[in-house]
Amino acid sequence: MPLDTSFVARKFKQIGTRPLRPDGLDKVTGRARYGADYNAPGQLIALVLRSPHPHAKIKKIDTSKAEKLPGVKAIITSADLPDLTNGDRGMRDMLENCMARKKVLYDGHAVAAVAAIDATTARKALKLIKVDYEILPHVTDVDEALKPSAPVIHDDIFTDGVEPKPAKPSNNNKRATFGHGDIEQGFKDADFIVERSFKTEQTHQGYIEPHACVANVNPDGQGELWVCTQGHFVYRNQCAALLGMDISRLRVTASEIGGGFGGKTHIWTEPLALALSRKANKPVKLTMTREDVFRASGPTSSTSIDMKIGAKKDGTITAAHGVLRYHGGAFPATWAEFGAMTAFACYDLKNVRSDSIEVIVNRPKTAAYRAPSAPMAAFAVESAIDELAHKIGMDAVDFRIKNAAKEGTKSSYGPVYGPIGIGATLEAAKNHPHMKAPLGKNQGRGMACGFWFNFGGQTCTDINVTPDGSVTVAVGTIDVGGSRASIGLMAAEELGLPYEQVRVVIADTSSLGHNDMTDGSRGTFSTGMATVAAARNCIKELCKRAAKMWDIPEDAVEWVDGMAKPAGSNAGNFPPLSIKEIAAAAGNTGGPIAGHNELVADGAGVSFATHICDIEVDPETGLSRVKRYTVIQDAGKAIHPTYVEGQYQGGAAQGIGWALNEEYIYGKDGRLQNAGFLDYRIPVCSDLPFIDTMILEIPNPNHPFGVRGVGETSIVPPLAAVANAMSNAAGVRMTHIPMSPPRVLKAIEALKKH
Amino acid sequence: MVEVHLWGALRPIVGGAHSVFVDARNIRELFKKLGEDYPSFEPHLKRGVAVSINGKIYRDMWDTELPGDAEIYLLPRIPGG
Repeated sequence: MPLDTSFVARKFKQIGTRPLRPDGLDKVTGRARYGADYNAPGQLIALVLRSPHPHAKIKKIDTSKAEKLPGVKAIITSADLPDLTNGDRGMRDMLENCMARKKVLYDGHAVAAVAAIDATTARKALKLIKVDYEILPHVTDVDEALKPSAPVIHDDIFTDGVEPKPAKPSNNNKRATFGHGDIEQGFKDADFIVERSFKTEQTHQGYIEPHACVANVNPDGQGELWVCTQGHFVYRNQCAALLGMDISRLRVTASEIGGGFGGKTHIWTEPLALALSRKANKPVKLTMTREDVFRASGPTSSTSIDMKIGAKKDGTITAAHGVLRYHGGAFPATWAEFGAMTAFACYDLKNVRSDSIEVIVNRPKTAAYRAPSAPMAAFAVESAIDELAHKIGMDAVDFRIKNAAKEGTKSSYGPVYGPIGIGATLEAAKNHPHMKAPLGKNQGRGMACGFWFNFGGQTCTDINVTPDGSVTVAVGTIDVGGSRASIGLMAAEELGLPYEQVRVVIADTSSLGHNDMTDGSRGTFSTGMATVAAARNCIKELCKRAAKMWDIPEDAVEWVDGMAKPAGSNAGNFPPLSIKEIAAAAGNTGGPIAGHNELVADGAGVSFATHICDIEVDPETGLSRVKRYTVIQDAGKAIHPTYVEGQYQGGAAQGIGWALNEEYIYGKDGRLQNAGFLDYRIPVCSDLPFIDTMILEIPNPNHPFGVRGVGETSIVPPLAAVANAMSNAAGVRMTHIPMSPPRVLKAIEALKKH
Repeated sequence: MVEVHLWGALRPIVGGAHSVFVDARNIRELFKKLGEDYPSFEPHLKRGVAVSINGKIYRDMWDTELPGDAEIYLLPRIPGG
């Protein structure tokens, strides 16, 4: 039955409550099975040989000595992974990223993989593989890569989006422009202009769990993969395509996931494990080390952004222009384009333009990171907005409220907005007690706004009523932040059953139709939508069975509070039937009772947030510490408020780490210098204050319960909120992220000299 | 006939215009006719293009109707994290 996805206001009985998450007990007692916890009988251990060079031709790979080592069962190189991508550039890049072909493109690029009886043997074998490299010049900086003198990484990349098409290849794979109006005139009309250049360094999602999988491919062509992933259906499809398998022959089971944040949205080592298993005819376990994860999974882009914003004395912004350069690592990507789309989305601008420039460098293939590309753009925009407010002499919140986008505003990326929540988050921030709290010595307060799109996508859900009337819900989206609890609540609410009577599981890829990944803040939105529809189908079947039990017409039964009741003039007078009674009779009324739904969830709706940050800066050392932090964001409807708050807090914590400490540091040799958590400093609990949250609930008109995605937007404002707080605390405008103590101290000392 | 606004990267395909008029009743017809009229659209359509109809962004559903007076934008398909 197609679902009417329109929001209908109702009084909820369970939505909005805070029951325990079904995966909680296993996780806190260590019983939950993550990727590396899977084992198969007779499995081999695989390790990957990685390039020490950022850019080099592979002249020869000699595996002969390694193959002779006792205990080695299979060795693969790119020769074992023929290119089956049939002109699909995206898939070809994915294949080449999994295993280098003619060239290595970054420090850590895989060149060979070994499966052996144990890790010790595999390590010995790696040392016996001889790779003959011809070292090429490299470039790792986003600005340097655009210079005419930079080494060109791919000789088949010609800038897309410009006319005429360039005759020479370059490291700029694409340009695009968004905006409207006349920015030249807008800047002429401005009384004040802020113009600055910003840089942000590359960061990693920093998930606790390294990538891990167990692969098993039999000689009959059937395969299994147990893996940590944000999208097991997508992993299945990608692996099958690269290995030339029918998709149905590969069954993928997702483990619990120790964080992904975008980094587990496409494959890295999984095709290698499958290829090794196929070659060795044994199950193969492949677990990345933390060093592997840093060097060869998918961090976010480093960026270089030029920003110019002008306003009148009364605080009206007259023009805004940004030029955004983002790199995609060693492969063509479009991360700058997404930055350009989101940059000015919070504001109602008559004249606005954002230009995106995509860059290729000798770094690992960039992956999505929570609201991908938006935080860096927001850092530049919100820093300039804040500085402009100061120049004009307006309060930073009032300046934003005056220029905030609203229903009817033509967005900076094109379409006209429907009802949106930026104004509500700003008003809430203005009136929040945090804004009025006193500040101590060397402390400053800053705030910033953020925007993210959210989306829906392909989803399906199965609901099965068991013989005792309890219910299982099988979904295909990975639970990264408590979605099993949220989905369980939605199923229970719709069916009229207690939450405890519903169990939600993540089904494997052979048990459900294709589901898109858990990304784009879509898990609770999309799977919630499919679950509500499946529950309604299930209720229809339950009513049909009750009608059979009473021997009355189907349309004479209604479902009220988890019970079938006779309704209408043709119903007769029967006591209500519980789901338990209906389930017990299922064998006599038509067999198992189920509800199913598959849909494409559209209408996720855009998302806005406003953050407030207090920071204390030690003027002697440049060390800073966030003292208080508040997140205000619209959730549409918070199904399980605890996990909504958790998403808000998690995004803010990651953003604060990005703002203050985290960065990939490359040496002149193009090698990553800090591939470990000792040298790549993410914030831990003791580094952060408790992060306050304020959930606004402005229902999404396109979801039956009013849900909006909440997972990503909260990482967008922190870079700028922290920078603005830093500016107010120490008097320095930081334009380079992270604002690590040496950078802050340098800025403070420069300020003293002036 | 609907007016379809293009983001900057698509404009070179249509000689720099910011929008084109297409005789299409739904997203499937829109993509089909854009591909026929401008073959250089094909790689973009293959990679995935989102369609904003009166501010609501659709990514997949071909049968979504395009009302004649609707504001229609082609946009890049956003990835998520």
